[in-house]
Amino acid sequence: MELQPLAYRLRSARPTRARWSIVTEKIIEAVIRVSGVSAVIFVVAIFFFIFREAAPVLRSEHFKLTQFLFSGEWYPTSMSNVRYGAFALIVGSFSVTVLAMAVAVPFGLGAAVFVSEFCGSKMKETLKIVIELLAAIPSVVWGFIGLTVMSKLIVRFTGAPVGVNVLNGGIILALMAVPIIVSISEDALKAVPDSFREAALALGATKWQMVFRVLLPAAKNGLLAAVLLGVARAVGETMAVLMATGHAVHIPHSILDSVRTLTANIAAELGEAPDGSDHYRVLFLTGVLLFVITFAFNLAADLIVKGIRRK
Amino acid sequence: MSLPSAALPAAVQLDASRRFVETPAVRRKLRQEAVAKGIFFLMALAMIVPLLLIVGYLFVRARSVLSINFILDPPIHGMTDGGIWPAFIGTIYLVVISLALSAPLGVLAAIYLNEYATENWLNRLVNLAVINLAGVPSIVHALFGLGAFVYAAKFGYSILSASFTLAIMTMPVIIASTREALASVPQNFREACWNVGATRWQTIRAVVLPNAISGILTGVILQVSRTAGETAPIMFTGAVVFKAVERGQLLPYRLTEQCMALSMHLFTISTQVPGVKEGLPYATAVVLLGAVLLVNATAIGLRVYLRSRKKW
Repeated sequence: MELQPLAYRLRSARPTRARWSIVTEKIIEAVIRVSGVSAVIFVVAIFFFIFREAAPVLRSEHFKLTQFLFSGEWYPTSMSNVRYGAFALIVGSFSVTVLAMAVAVPFGLGAAVFVSEFCGSKMKETLKIVIELLAAIPSVVWGFIGLTVMSKLIVRFTGAPVGVNVLNGGIILALMAVPIIVSISEDALKAVPDSFREAALALGATKWQMVFRVLLPAAKNGLLAAVLLGVARAVGETMAVLMATGHAVHIPHSILDSVRTLTANIAAELGEAPDGSDHYRVLFLTGVLLFVITFAFNLAADLIVKGIRRK
Repeated sequence: MSLPSAALPAAVQLDASRRFVETPAVRRKLRQEAVAKGIFFLMALAMIVPLLLIVGYLFVRARSVLSINFILDPPIHGMTDGGIWPAFIGTIYLVVISLALSAPLGVLAAIYLNEYATENWLNRLVNLAVINLAGVPSIVHALFGLGAFVYAAKFGYSILSASFTLAIMTMPVIIASTREALASVPQNFREACWNVGATRWQTIRAVVLPNAISGILTGVILQVSRTAGETAPIMFTGAVVFKAVERGQLLPYRLTEQCMALSMHLFTISTQVPGVKEGLPYATAVVLLGAVLLVNATAIGLRVYLRSRKKW
């Protein structure tokens, strides 16, 4: 038999596919690519649509940006003198978040250290599942717990006139933020190489010393990221603080004062504000502010985590 | 121990009988370790025990109201009595429709990020967007839903608007969990498939997806409970305080009208309606919490089971 040229043989041996299957594959890949970048479109769309609703108020005669950011006078429905000072709301969000973090960070880190360093694998699995279930409790149920159980406890133990206040909101937010802090801190601790632990123990360090002198410093970036994500969650939480912190728009003087947060304020007033009114647009502006704040925290946490991975 | 003791000098014998000599330093060290373990254990316990107590308390308070009729009956007497059926079925509507939107989109996006994307500026931007989308506060999603779906897209206050809003909220989390599932399929599975001449998509369809489907499903199921629990995003887009629905009616809503939802109902009867029957809000909270925990426990159980069966 005469030898055919190599190129001819290869061409004839190449399997062929039906044209429709090639076309479908191209279509599917195009759909996948579009879906892939859809997240970018959504983030841009969120900012665009919220800002579009908020923007006209920036040119309204009743609205001054400095007043919005630095004045505590929130009188959006006043007939004679409308004032949109969101400072008390910002302080409200800040105070509840700080209190929540003051409780959640030590407990969250402690729990993460326990889960990653001190317990056996069975217990570890169990605790991680419990933490995952805790993270799933809806915020409205947390709010309900704050409103009913926690507020009664607070009235009984502190003698405060009302149980829905900064303390209540702080505790509820702390309980909500702990699962995030635990799971991300645990990842950070897991990322510390075992050789670090072995070196410390070989030098005669106790586990306590190993945790504080070796593990926590080695994992500090990851732990910082965990805290930042906890803060972002606490700042953005709506229903729980709406139900647990009371409804007073003023700057709190003690942790037993009622406050209102940026998020709760939107939830409480958006239903009453007429569409297209200044009040309605200021609430959207608060949304822009929240979007920017949480964006910054999430971005910072992400950069920190990426920095660790590169190392 | 196995050495004949007579062969050893007396001093060594004495030492061998007390091989682990506890010096004060060692004792202090052991004590410190025990204390450290105890403290960290208490910290772990401090967030779990109160919660179990609270959930237990909710159950006790709800017991007088909880029954199958509580779920099947509509609320009566201005929502101060009766059941939760319209809210229950409304939540199912929202969950099913929003996940029908977000699950395919999220899975496709994850396929893109894990199987197609190369390291370039666009994909770094996509990753950044996914992370930040997951961190957007729920009330901001509500504002977006109101501005984009209710007004701009002219869906009005409807199940459709609420579902779209919820879908955008759950999508980034589905992307993250699906990506993890895809990434856990070993690279040599793909290489083997490419080497027999399969194209990228054929490899994904025939090898990657079947091996990752359990992880993908678990991630989606976990979002069922998240969707069911969210309140803020639906409050201003499609959830309504009251809607008359007959007992046990299966398809009471059209997609263009508003519906009740369990989470919103809990908020309403615990803060807005005066004179609600004792135990009714507790029972609503227990049903919502129970449904969420049940769904999540199922997903976690499924994950544990499938992981134990995995062969690589």
